[in-house]
Amino acid sequence: MIEQTPRERPVNILIKAAGYSSILFVTVIFIFLMREGLPALANVKLSSLLGTVWYPIEGYFGIWPLFFGSLIVTLTAILIAIPLGVGTSLYISEIAPMWIKNLLKPLIEILAGLPSVVLGFIGIQVAVPFMRQSLNLPTGLSGLTGAILLAFIATPTIVSISEDALNTVPSAYRQAALALGATQWQTIWNITLPAARSGVITAVMLGVGRAIGETMAVMMVTGNAPVMPHGLDAIFLPVRTMTATIASEMGEVATGSPHYQVLFFIGIILFTLSLTINVIASWVSTRGRKRSERSLS
Amino acid sequence: MTDGLQSNPVLISSHRQQKISYWMVRLITLITVLPILAIVIYIIVKGAPSISWQFITDFPRNGMREGGIWPAIIGTFYLTLGTAVFSVPLGVAAGVYIAEYASDNRWTRLIRIAIINLAGIPSVVYGLFGLGVFVLFLKFGTSILASCLTLSIMTLPTIISTTEEALRQVPYSFRVVSRSLGATHWQTTWRIVLPQALPGVLTGVILGLERAAGETAPILFTGVSFFLPQLPNSILDATMALPYHIFVISTSVPGMPIRIQYGTVLVLLVFVLGMNLIASIVRIRARAKRQW
Amino acid sequence: MDKIIITHLNLTYQDGTESLRDINMTIAANAITVFFGPAGGGKSSLLRVLNRLNDNADVTRLEGQVLLNGKNILDPDVNPVELRRKIGIVFSRPVPLPLTIYENIAYGLRLMGENNKSCLDDAVEKALREAVLWDEVYDRLHDPAIAVSGGQQQRLCLARVLALGPEVIMLDEPTSALDPVSTAKIESLMQELKQRFTIIWVPHNVQQAARMADYAAFFLQGELVEFAEDKRLFVFPKDKRTQDYVEGKFG
Repeated sequence: MIEQTPRERPVNILIKAAGYSSILFVTVIFIFLMREGLPALANVKLSSLLGTVWYPIEGYFGIWPLFFGSLIVTLTAILIAIPLGVGTSLYISEIAPMWIKNLLKPLIEILAGLPSVVLGFIGIQVAVPFMRQSLNLPTGLSGLTGAILLAFIATPTIVSISEDALNTVPSAYRQAALALGATQWQTIWNITLPAARSGVITAVMLGVGRAIGETMAVMMVTGNAPVMPHGLDAIFLPVRTMTATIASEMGEVATGSPHYQVLFFIGIILFTLSLTINVIASWVSTRGRKRSERSLS
Repeated sequence: MTDGLQSNPVLISSHRQQKISYWMVRLITLITVLPILAIVIYIIVKGAPSISWQFITDFPRNGMREGGIWPAIIGTFYLTLGTAVFSVPLGVAAGVYIAEYASDNRWTRLIRIAIINLAGIPSVVYGLFGLGVFVLFLKFGTSILASCLTLSIMTLPTIISTTEEALRQVPYSFRVVSRSLGATHWQTTWRIVLPQALPGVLTGVILGLERAAGETAPILFTGVSFFLPQLPNSILDATMALPYHIFVISTSVPGMPIRIQYGTVLVLLVFVLGMNLIASIVRIRARAKRQW
Repeated sequence: MDKIIITHLNLTYQDGTESLRDINMTIAANAITVFFGPAGGGKSSLLRVLNRLNDNADVTRLEGQVLLNGKNILDPDVNPVELRRKIGIVFSRPVPLPLTIYENIAYGLRLMGENNKSCLDDAVEKALREAVLWDEVYDRLHDPAIAVSGGQQQRLCLARVLALGPEVIMLDEPTSALDPVSTAKIESLMQELKQRFTIIWVPHNVQQAARMADYAAFFLQGELVEFAEDKRLFVFPKDKRTQDYVEGKFG
């Protein structure tokens, strides 16, 4: 159906192949993870995998400590990042004068571009001693330190996507509210922000995805102790995330060994988690867009 | 607004509420943004004393505790270049397909889902994949090639998305006019649409490569080594690289002088922020020169 | 002489908009045929059928025959790319391509593989002279095309089409975005050009239709209501719907 000369056919075919290549890559990644990781279920007892001790040298492959490590660090990070991210996006998109906006946006982009190993380094040099002194912790390496770093890593994602969502809210909404006597803030808080709800939720979910997948920064400051967190003060103790586990142990395992397979299995878990988050996020964002299209037409 | 304030208690309190809320939001923004500035300035201040011509061009000595970091710098450069070679043609072509060729059907939606998922895969899982496929299965070994291929797939979604976005910005009317003058689909894309979208594409490419340059986890088991006596000779050799170097010298080398650590971090920071700056300049100049 | 003969043309889009119902008409050579009528009548759709610009659109039904010089252009073995060089179109908003003035005119020729500089120079000058634009831009041919005024841009779009040596020139509300002076320039230009080309003109109001028409066709909701060989359609319309529209009772 596309107009092309015979000489152009190969070019158009190559372009089409390139377009479909991403499907190929996702599939291949999935297959490979499965190929190397599923055997773990055969070679390691399920009871061991579901156990709470991670001590591979002695054959203990309990994944729960790692999962919960990721969980509490990510959760804490998101609790910090949501107010930071949404608040900043509100300020930039609704309140800030143009010249401040033009200063802030590049700054957020700089944060987005900072390599996580650089943030981890600053974490070691600055955040860890600070945590040690101010909270009286033995080393300052803790889940909380990692969560703070993660919060900064996730914030640019939340800021830019929320900002897009807020900009998409039709100005007619704001003007109507103001005409009815609302203050600027009342408009922002009661009208604009709820209208951008689905976009902001998408932003937060993608921030969560970013946080779960982060490796280096957390590896450098969380203490890397694969123990089951218990009690509310677990966040002040060293933990280890799934990502850090793979990164620190992969270099030393024998190819094909049970340890190797379990690490790939953890990779499958991470892949599935991020797949789920992304699918839900894109569903939320599509549904929100359809809803706003309906109400505006 | 000020006249009614003196007499109307409701207005006074909602106005005060706005003042408080505004200041809270300003504070939150400050808390978010100030550390960024602080980090950058801090690194510059503490790292600058180490920067010298020798630091950049010398090889490391005494277990990295002295000398320069040239192999790590050149390694990062090779990795970035190699990633560009694989990811840019493929990514731009894929973006062209989605924006200009694909019709809105089930397959196209599948492609979009695939791209979103590629974008969300944790970097360390890319490292696992690279290890399994390129290092082991295809037997490239721990090599620049394996790392570049891994980083390329990781960078692909960024380049595809920004290319698509840049192409969509080009006015639709250009395509209609071009077609009406007897152009084929490819001719319109190649002669009019892609050249107009080029600055946007370039910006996306630079930002994608910037991220690839700073990543550690994907190259961890696919291509880097901490200590290599000489520079890599071929793409099947392993290499040193700045992000990995920073990681090791800041966590695993006893007696590592702190100023060398900051110096190395500063070099990587300059590399990454420099790319950011170039991308911004491209974007701003393109906006000024736009012909529509 | 009949340049284009349209028989039993039916067109339906996937979303049901602007279709054409059983159109039968002829377009005379070396004359201006005017398609007029209210919006949604099918005029633009018919233009796009003639140069097959809607080939990729969501068309669910396209039947009938359109003979150009005796050959049915709706045949699958007709190359639409070549067809569009024979049947050119000027749109309602001037759309200069993001190129220089020179390159805009040369664009169609370069597409055909013509890259010889002196050939292109001659062709560009000829086309600009035909469009009565040469004297205004000859000294800035390598400036960006968007730098010229609206009326000049529209003549540029015309010159772009003329450079390809078409047989038919279609103009879809070409002066709707222009001031009266530019409008008058283009109207008189087309009266000149009709001696050598077949012109189809979609006006943006009835008065312009009356001014320009050698032949007039009134379209309403996809149907060709009335067709006349001169301007009598505007003074003594046969169909009441035509009369109502011409008198301004709806539109």
